[in-house]
Amino acid sequence: MVFKVFFPTCCTSADSGLLVGRWVPEQSSAVVLAVVHFPFIPIQVKELLTQVQQASHVGVTVLGTWCHRRQGPEEGLGRFLEGLGTIFSHDPWLQLCRQRGGTSWSCKAVGQPMSPGVPSDDQVLLVFYDQRQVLLSQLHPPTVLPDRQAGDAPASAGGLAAVFDTVARSEVLFRSDRFDEGPVRLSHWQSEGVEASILVELAKQAAGPTCMLVSWLLSLLSAVSTCRLFRLWPLSFICSKLSTCEQVRHRLGHLSLLFSIQGAETPAQLMRKANVFVSVLLDVALGLMLLAWLHGKDHIGQLADTLVPVADRVAEGLQHLLQWLMGAPAGLKMNRALDQVLGRFFLYHIHLWISYIHLMSPFIERILWHVGLSACLGLTVALSLLSDIIALLTFHIYCFYVYGARLYYLKIYGLSSLWRLFRGKKWNVLRQRVDSCSYDLDQLFIGTLLFTILVFLLPTTALYYLVFTLLRLLVVTVQGSLHLLVDLINSLPLYSVGLRLCRPYRLAAGVKFRVLGHEAGKPLRLLMQINPLPYSRVVHTYRLPSCGCHPKLSWSSLCRKLFFGELIYPWRQKSCKQD
Amino acid sequence: MEDELSFSDICGGRLALQRRYYSPTCREFCLSCPRLSLRSLTAVTCSVWLAAYGLFTLCENSMILSAAIFIILLGLLGYLHFVKIDQETLLIIDSLGIQMTSSYASGKESTTFIEMGKVKDIIINEAIYMQKVIYYLCILLKDPVEPHGISQVVPVFQSAKPRLDCLIEVYRSCQEILAHQKATSTSP
Repeated sequence: MVFKVFFPTCCTSADSGLLVGRWVPEQSSAVVLAVVHFPFIPIQVKELLTQVQQASHVGVTVLGTWCHRRQGPEEGLGRFLEGLGTIFSHDPWLQLCRQRGGTSWSCKAVGQPMSPGVPSDDQVLLVFYDQRQVLLSQLHPPTVLPDRQAGDAPASAGGLAAVFDTVARSEVLFRSDRFDEGPVRLSHWQSEGVEASILVELAKQAAGPTCMLVSWLLSLLSAVSTCRLFRLWPLSFICSKLSTCEQVRHRLGHLSLLFSIQGAETPAQLMRKANVFVSVLLDVALGLMLLAWLHGKDHIGQLADTLVPVADRVAEGLQHLLQWLMGAPAGLKMNRALDQVLGRFFLYHIHLWISYIHLMSPFIERILWHVGLSACLGLTVALSLLSDIIALLTFHIYCFYVYGARLYYLKIYGLSSLWRLFRGKKWNVLRQRVDSCSYDLDQLFIGTLLFTILVFLLPTTALYYLVFTLLRLLVVTVQGSLHLLVDLINSLPLYSVGLRLCRPYRLAAGVKFRVLGHEAGKPLRLLMQINPLPYSRVVHTYRLPSCGCHPKLSWSSLCRKLFFGELIYPWRQKSCKQD
Repeated sequence: MEDELSFSDICGGRLALQRRYYSPTCREFCLSCPRLSLRSLTAVTCSVWLAAYGLFTLCENSMILSAAIFIILLGLLGYLHFVKIDQETLLIIDSLGIQMTSSYASGKESTTFIEMGKVKDIIINEAIYMQKVIYYLCILLKDPVEPHGISQVVPVFQSAKPRLDCLIEVYRSCQEILAHQKATSTSP
């Protein structure tokens, strides 16, 4: 098997010394973590390594020697380095050497006479990796099973995941920064010293009590909302129908997740928290902007002034439509009597609606002002409220739709059962199937008569049904797009997307290699880079769950329902109960 | 060691195969497709402009002309960035893995790396494409649960679609490395 050495790029210019790292025997690869410089005392190095081993549960050992020749060949140093192999015994003992020019590398692995696979120079792969990026990156999908304890040996993590795991676990080794003076001088990826800011420290101190307070308030709020008064029939029913209530409940869940006292344990949980936080923050910021726009320059008054005429105009348009339907719409000849009855019925309804709106009109500005205040809870709440207002203002269209659909449904139902009679069959309820049946002459006569009547009345009903269904679909589309927008704000993982944008190596889909160059007789050098996760997978992996209050309707089932006159989305349950 | 061979793809277009042998354990195959030709670009632009002028004479609305400019620009950008693949590279490294890189005409690169532990084999397969039967190189991945099963088939050189003679060249070199890998991994 080819012998692989993973070497951090930050150590390429380090002085000569010892290589410290982990040996993965099953893949015959050595992961170099740091270089120990001369002078050192072997006992102290061994002590340090045992400390790191205990803290990180990674078998960190001395792997070999590192020799950086700045001047000409030094015979003495070479022999000295070979001698070190007897102090720190390791099998195989690595001898990594870099010539002065910087491009010429050599690597020898001296093994005990263990196997025929003692690698020659050609059989060694030198893979450079950026220690910081590998340390901070998070492989997707996570290879280590979630139920595994952190203390277990990472034996099962295969291939490159083992390298990532090793580097991530030996964070203890990298903790010392550039200005630390220890007994052993190490060279590895180092931070530029820990920066301390008084604001950050204050925020850290304040975070605990704030979380406690807010979570207590939230628990109080949830206790109030579960009290008995709100379980009474009309309130709970209305709450389950209004999308605003759903949205507020959803946001409350988010807030209680954010301010929960126990911290996030896994990276996925942490990412979820951060995503929720950014989503809430963005939501509130957009809501505040909306609030500032609404309450500045008397926009609310203008809105209220336009809202009432618009509702009036919609009602007028409906009236015209009905009058058109009561004549000869598109040259069709309707059943005149039924047409007139239906038209008058709907016209009366619109009349009622207009008077209702005129009754409301003095208060609309006040109502809008208060509704506008809800934008400080977030844009999503304001949008859900807008959706609810649209639903309330187009209640007449909904009523028309329900009446039309019911009539049409009855017609279709009657026609289908009479069609069976026509063919000498009937629906057997007990066996849930169609049986043949011999009817009397009278039964057949009456049935045929009714069938004829229904067939001739069907076009009129179907026309009304068609027109009102189209109107209803228009309203549902507007509401649906509002809900889509709300869902987008609710579920978009903005923090992850931002992380992918600014720090692509943090979310890794894998690695990619680049060949740095090869000379005959020298080991092949490769550069290992982090392959960032594509945006689509970032969004897919870290999507927050949305409200989930929408029934999943496929297009075919929707069309089927429309054809048979069954009621569609979203107030289906309500209409069932009323019926 | 590096050499360049010329092959043709399934439609008869020219393809250049560059082979780089870095070491006995690491080889790279780079297939370059022909670049975007000026002729097709001009043809598409002219046809869009003629259609836009036709509409413009009918409707007398200058919005159509500016829309045509935007459509051409955005379409070209999208084509170069997401559709047109200039080069496809297969890098195979013994005991480390197989890396497939496709570089788009705009310079974007998308890379997939498959670890050697997951690779079961590399084969040439037949497939029905439109009205003809074509050959393609693909990598078989091991099923982690069942050691003899195949969990996935990853096609290589998906956009270049070279002919069988080119595929055989690549296949032989890959099999050499795979055989070497198998021989060394089982012996100790």
